[in-house]
Amino acid sequence: MPLREKHLLGIEELTLDEIELILNTSRSFREISTRPIKKVPTLRGKSLINLFYEPSTRTRSSFEIAAKRLGADSINVNVSLSSVTKGESLIDTGKNLQSMNPDIIALRHSSAGAPHLLAQYCESVCIVNAGDGMHEHPTQALLDALTILDHKKELEGLKVAIVGDIAHSRVARSNALLLGKMEADVWVCGPPTLIPMEFESFGVKVTYHMKEALEGADVIMMLRTQRERQSDVFFPSVKEYFALYGLDTKKMGWARSNAIVMHPGPINRGVEIDPELAEAGYSVIFEQVANGVAVRMAVLYLLLGASEEPGL
Amino acid sequence: MTLLLKGGRVVDPSQKLEKKVDLLVEKGKVAGLGKIQAKKTWQVIDASGWIVAPGFVDMHVHLREPGREDKETILSGSKAAAAGGFSSITCMPNTQPVNDSEAITRFILERADRAGLVNVFPAGAITKGLQGKELAEIGEMVKAGVVAITDDGKSVENNQIMRRALEYAKIFDIPIIDHCEDRQLSAAGHLNESAVSTRLGVPGISRAAEELDVARDTILSRITGGRVHIAHLSTQESLSWVRQAKKQGIRVTCEVTPHHFTLSDEDIKDYDTNYKMYPPLRTPSDVKAILKGLSDGSIDCIASDHAPHTRLEKELTFEEAANGIIGLETAVPLAWEFLIRRKIVSVSRLVELFSTNPNRILNLGRGTLKEGAIADITVIDPDCEIIVDVKKFKSKSRNCPFHDWRLRGLPVMTIVKGKIIFRRDTKV
Repeated sequence: MPLREKHLLGIEELTLDEIELILNTSRSFREISTRPIKKVPTLRGKSLINLFYEPSTRTRSSFEIAAKRLGADSINVNVSLSSVTKGESLIDTGKNLQSMNPDIIALRHSSAGAPHLLAQYCESVCIVNAGDGMHEHPTQALLDALTILDHKKELEGLKVAIVGDIAHSRVARSNALLLGKMEADVWVCGPPTLIPMEFESFGVKVTYHMKEALEGADVIMMLRTQRERQSDVFFPSVKEYFALYGLDTKKMGWARSNAIVMHPGPINRGVEIDPELAEAGYSVIFEQVANGVAVRMAVLYLLLGASEEPGL
Repeated sequence: MTLLLKGGRVVDPSQKLEKKVDLLVEKGKVAGLGKIQAKKTWQVIDASGWIVAPGFVDMHVHLREPGREDKETILSGSKAAAAGGFSSITCMPNTQPVNDSEAITRFILERADRAGLVNVFPAGAITKGLQGKELAEIGEMVKAGVVAITDDGKSVENNQIMRRALEYAKIFDIPIIDHCEDRQLSAAGHLNESAVSTRLGVPGISRAAEELDVARDTILSRITGGRVHIAHLSTQESLSWVRQAKKQGIRVTCEVTPHHFTLSDEDIKDYDTNYKMYPPLRTPSDVKAILKGLSDGSIDCIASDHAPHTRLEKELTFEEAANGIIGLETAVPLAWEFLIRRKIVSVSRLVELFSTNPNRILNLGRGTLKEGAIADITVIDPDCEIIVDVKKFKSKSRNCPFHDWRLRGLPVMTIVKGKIIFRRDTKV
């Protein structure tokens, strides 16, 4: 069973079956990354363009490695050095890249809906949303789900607390959508200034108090305070933010004893999470990164319509 | 030339008239109403089945000339207005250069005269360069022909300057048209702040940005006795403020756009930038409140906020795209379809909204079909139907969310000073 849509624009468009298909495919691809020779010819002759309008370390290298492990070529378009600085529009850049016949473009852009716009104008390429403004980051939510499922039997009924800057976070939106579809018990927590209007419409519970969010939680997902997106004042100081919403040993005590701690990175140590905690046993932050490669391999593979069996 | 409109239903709230009568136009004036025998030399038009009304006014139009003639010119905008059933339009001063002087006002009027179609009544800037700092030479502009002042596209941020402007404008008895937007509140936003902006991940604009300025304007109008007209009002609470102010006898009036009574933020699909404008599309309950205001009389007029933009400025992400949509050629049929056919307002009330009231607010000396009045006339065929096709617009721009909509109640004839400036081919 392939994916219904040609593009991966968001979790919103995915069905439950498709999410499970991607997760299962990711699991079967994971092993490749542990081989001495980490490459299979599955997508040989295919090419991926990473079109990134925002800085990224993890996501961009993860897409690149995923493509290469499957035998595809990957090209990074360094936007700051390209025609964009000469005023070329996203549509023009997309059409130009399309003329070189790539199979997939992974787009990261600071505006919500940028991948949707590109998909409208570049009909012969698959577009993967690698993060659009404050909207979605679907591969992140998929790798988060994969990581949770490595530690917990199922998502249904699991208490997941998403903490921090919800307003500016595409990770929060994609995760709320995915975990909601899987019927997890999702709580979001942060100062009211960083929780967007009617966030409950995502089917999540909203609280301003860490104790309520963390009590009995199975999963704690800490978000980055996105200082680069914040054009005005959302909280008085980092010190006060950490006191109220930073994850430390004391607050960790409210969660279940086998709770795991996640973070999409990059971490602001000492702002949203105690540096000790980020490296403690219950932290799965590096597992998330490892799973990122597997998930992106699965997405590339499924979007490129590769036939039934991965053929490893 | 003498023109006889025969057998139409003449709807003219200024004389509480709504009946099937003939209307005679001679030397640019209304020469008679009643049962009139045609003479051989007259041009006779069979208006049976049509609505004959005093000429419609769109008091909120961006013509873009001077400065952005790639988007619209005074000529193309005049053609669009005529085709949309408007005999008069008021053009906003946020051109390049800004219409903040007698010279620019004269330039606009000269170009409009050369186009020779609709009446163009310019609005001048309140402050020099729309900077919100010093008053523009309002008296000079009034002398040249402006009928209102506004810093449209912005509000006057400084309350003291707004107060002074309201006081000063009393000399000329012109209204101040205010684009209500507290920019500190709206700065980062691109659509209405609601569950929709949250879901789309696009920064929202709080409704408070509009409402604070509406409240301020009613307060300042009360203190100064100056006339304030709220442009493109869009929220339920803004309307409550206006309603309350009117009850207290404050000299406030307001307009709404057709898109704010036909669309809500929930209609925004696939980040289509033709749904991006200021004020943004609001919630369905705001739409409901506006419909109520249209029917109960608390809203004074309908104005399109015709805002042409090139493809380049709209073929962008939602956050990057320009604000605004065009509306001259869809305003009347949208109102007919959504207000008349759905029985929200009567035809006579519709004529008030499009003609009687804007004429009164701007003191245009028109808006009536009494004998001797200037013969500006709008004729509507209630049964004439189109599928909106943006490619067929007279406007130079295409930024319109109503493409492919089926609309009824089209203007079929626009008459300015007794001259037919637009006629739609309908009756064979």
